[in-house]
Amino acid sequence: MEDRAVIVQSLSKTFDKVRALHEVSFEVSRGEIFGMIGPDGAGKTTLFRILSTLMLPGSGQAEVLGTDVVKNYRKLRKRIGYMPGRFSLYPDLTVRENLEFYATIFGTTPAENYHLIRDIYIQIEPFSKRRAGALSGGMKQKLALCCALIHKPDLLILDEPTTGVDAVSRKEFWEMLLKLKQGGMSILVSTPYMDEAAQCDNIALIQEGRILVTAAPHEVTASFSLPLLGVRSNAPWLLLNDLRQWPYAESVQPFGEFIHVIAQPGHGEPQALLSFLKEKGHPDPEVRVLQAGIEDCFMHLMGAPSHAI
Amino acid sequence: MKEEAVISVSHLYKRFGHFTANDDLCFEVGRGEIFGFLGANGAGKTTAMRILCGLSKPTSGDVKVAGFDVYTQTDHIKRNIGYMSQRFSLYEDLTVLENIRLYGGIYGLSRQKIREKSAQLLSRLEMEHMQNSLIKSLPLGWRQKLAFSVAIVHDPPIVFLDEPTGGVDPLTRRQFWNMIYEAAHRGITIFVTTHYMDEAEYCDRISIMVDGQIAAIGTPADLKASYGVSSINEVFIILARGRQAVTE
Amino acid sequence: MKRFGGFIIKEFLHIFRDKRTLLILFGMPVAQMMLFGYVITNEIREVRFAVLDHSHDQNTRDIVDRITASSYFRLETVLSSDEEIAGCLREGKVKMVLVFDRDFASNMEREGKASVHVITDASEANTASIIYSYAAGIIQDYSRKSAAPASPSSQLTISPRMMYNENLEGVYMFVPGTMAMILMLISALLTSISIVREKEQGTMEVLLVSPLKPVQIILGKVTPYVVLSLINAVSIIALGYFVFGLPVAGSLLLLIAECMLFIMTALSLGILISTATSSQQTAMMISMLALLLPTILLSGFIYPIENMPQFLQWLSVIMPPKYFIIIVKNVMLKGTGLEYVWKETLILAGMTLFFLGLSARKFKVRIDVKTGRKGPFKRKEP
Repeated sequence: MEDRAVIVQSLSKTFDKVRALHEVSFEVSRGEIFGMIGPDGAGKTTLFRILSTLMLPGSGQAEVLGTDVVKNYRKLRKRIGYMPGRFSLYPDLTVRENLEFYATIFGTTPAENYHLIRDIYIQIEPFSKRRAGALSGGMKQKLALCCALIHKPDLLILDEPTTGVDAVSRKEFWEMLLKLKQGGMSILVSTPYMDEAAQCDNIALIQEGRILVTAAPHEVTASFSLPLLGVRSNAPWLLLNDLRQWPYAESVQPFGEFIHVIAQPGHGEPQALLSFLKEKGHPDPEVRVLQAGIEDCFMHLMGAPSHAI
Repeated sequence: MKEEAVISVSHLYKRFGHFTANDDLCFEVGRGEIFGFLGANGAGKTTAMRILCGLSKPTSGDVKVAGFDVYTQTDHIKRNIGYMSQRFSLYEDLTVLENIRLYGGIYGLSRQKIREKSAQLLSRLEMEHMQNSLIKSLPLGWRQKLAFSVAIVHDPPIVFLDEPTGGVDPLTRRQFWNMIYEAAHRGITIFVTTHYMDEAEYCDRISIMVDGQIAAIGTPADLKASYGVSSINEVFIILARGRQAVTE
Repeated sequence: MKRFGGFIIKEFLHIFRDKRTLLILFGMPVAQMMLFGYVITNEIREVRFAVLDHSHDQNTRDIVDRITASSYFRLETVLSSDEEIAGCLREGKVKMVLVFDRDFASNMEREGKASVHVITDASEANTASIIYSYAAGIIQDYSRKSAAPASPSSQLTISPRMMYNENLEGVYMFVPGTMAMILMLISALLTSISIVREKEQGTMEVLLVSPLKPVQIILGKVTPYVVLSLINAVSIIALGYFVFGLPVAGSLLLLIAECMLFIMTALSLGILISTATSSQQTAMMISMLALLLPTILLSGFIYPIENMPQFLQWLSVIMPPKYFIIIVKNVMLKGTGLEYVWKETLILAGMTLFFLGLSARKFKVRIDVKTGRKGPFKRKEP
């Protein structure tokens, strides 16, 4: 059996002169979770549609489960489970009816592959008679995942399954994906949430149709070579403005309660920044050296200008 | 809490049949405050927000927005708030300038005022060269920033933002929050919902809704301290999950 | 096959879950029939008429008796000369005058040919044409039954004369029109909406990725509507018969087969619309503007085609309902067979094939480029 679930080689796609994908190449191994991470409009949906055989590539090649996505699309469609960006459920059918419908069109029954979906379905089972339209976001997404899994696909392609879903449901969703992976499933998933990257075995950061980097999450963060400082005080707005005045700052961006300052090489000592802030009249700022996260890397790779607006 | 409350909610209930979407909500939001309104899907955020915007009436309880009563003075409320959501904000088939003019006109600004405002707004966003582009041709990030500026074009005392940064790239998200800070600095009260927990940290105060009730309210630092955790994300998960385990 | 069956079950579930669709499906035909039916049939109950009989024989008496026996007409007066006709009509004493030629009975026996004139007050054009067709129906019925088996060629010529609006042509009958309208609405409008809804919901993507073939998807979406449209066609015919006493003069089987054909035409149009649109609203607008309005206005349903400006007449040539209405009028009201409507039938069949071919070309096994952009993210809190 092929040890690569997905092989993409210099794939491009253009809509009405707008480049949605530009020379995209990456590989997904069997049995791994591969995260395609980037904001809306980065080209994730286009890429996933091409890989799900829903769209033709402009140029380049894509092979999924050892099958070409253009030539053998019909054969391939039986072997992938695809969950589009919007919840692909019938709101007027009940939970059970949705599941049964998707099972029938793939020529199977919910009972046949129940072991695959048991852990997930058990959470929505109490609502099995409720119409899918009346479920909360988290529940819908669990049901949609069940529906995508019901024909026992070899590869799951999930397009932004956690967009618009609250933090708790997102966490639960990723726990499910990890369990599926342990069962041997290959999973290709996209997300605009950078913090979800850590859950993947490998990630690609994508922006404006180009892949910025492909690697394991820890390799991505390890490759961040500039000094990174986290600063916090009681007056974040003033602090932000003053930090932008610091001559050695490459970039200054708020990150939750800390403001992340990327310093120029050789200026990563907290002390220098601390005294600069004291001079500016901040009574008690906290400055510490930080490890870069995926979001730091992403913004840096985007070529973030240091001054916004 | 600040001395001047622009939103005051006391014992707000909203029921749909037997279902209680908002269960005894009590909170105040002060002038110039950035108030983060968090909650799981289906916790009742949207319902409460609709009431605050004067789009639906509470079942019971006192609610005042910008000093006006939500039962009787919804017209005044609508004139005194700005609203922006991730899902619909600007008209895609109109240009940047046309959208600004439209919203200025809706809120009753004079032609002179609209002209001033649009020039000011475009220069602040550095979008002068795009003023005649159709909205649909703009990248999402630009659209969201413009939508926010348009939502406060009439200088309302309060602006409601419903998941304004969903799906936006990390850099634009920060630029967006920069604008929120600026607006708050000018005295505009910001009432915002988000699924990004790091953004919750940017708020002056946040409330977390679970099953129709406010499960926690306070400054991000206080909340983290009282739950003994290091991020709002963890606070959120403790609250939302704890409650779910009980109800299901 | 099991896949396909599951698909159709799901489609029926959609229909039965949606109260509005149900209402359109089953409420519309009844409401329309009642509406058109009562407005019209009320007018032709107990219509007063006069007779001018130059022949005075058994046959003419039989015909007058038959007409009088029906609940539609009441004999008001018997005239003695042609001069009286105009005055009688003008005063509004009667709405119709029957004139039998001299030697009516002997003409009929000898030459198998006789003529009767039906003169109506056509200042109310629609009523006039209905009155005419009712009277003509009764007379024809008589001639068919009384024809001696030995002389099968026996024929009655009924010549209508619409006074005061002499060039009014075409028989206005509400049943064929209503039928065309309702079948068009259900078949084209509802199918196009239901297909487009799948696109809007994002479920079409999953269907396309599934092993279902596009043909199966389309057939699955369409089959329930074929069944329901047919039920509707039959119930319209039944309503016409039981409530308004409108018998099917020709072959019922042929009539239903023609209905089936028209349903196919409408469905193929619905599919075509669905391939060209991506939102339910657009699909609805196109169906309304491009199908329903022309059905009502350009098919001869309400306005006779012959009276339209030349340009609209040309336009009406490409309106499928026009041919359907002609077919139904012939089969249902005049009682003619396929030999009289084969041309129209062929045209409808051709149109259906053309639309289907066009849809097949447009329906993609992949998503069209236009929908490459993501729709609004929909979510609702209770």
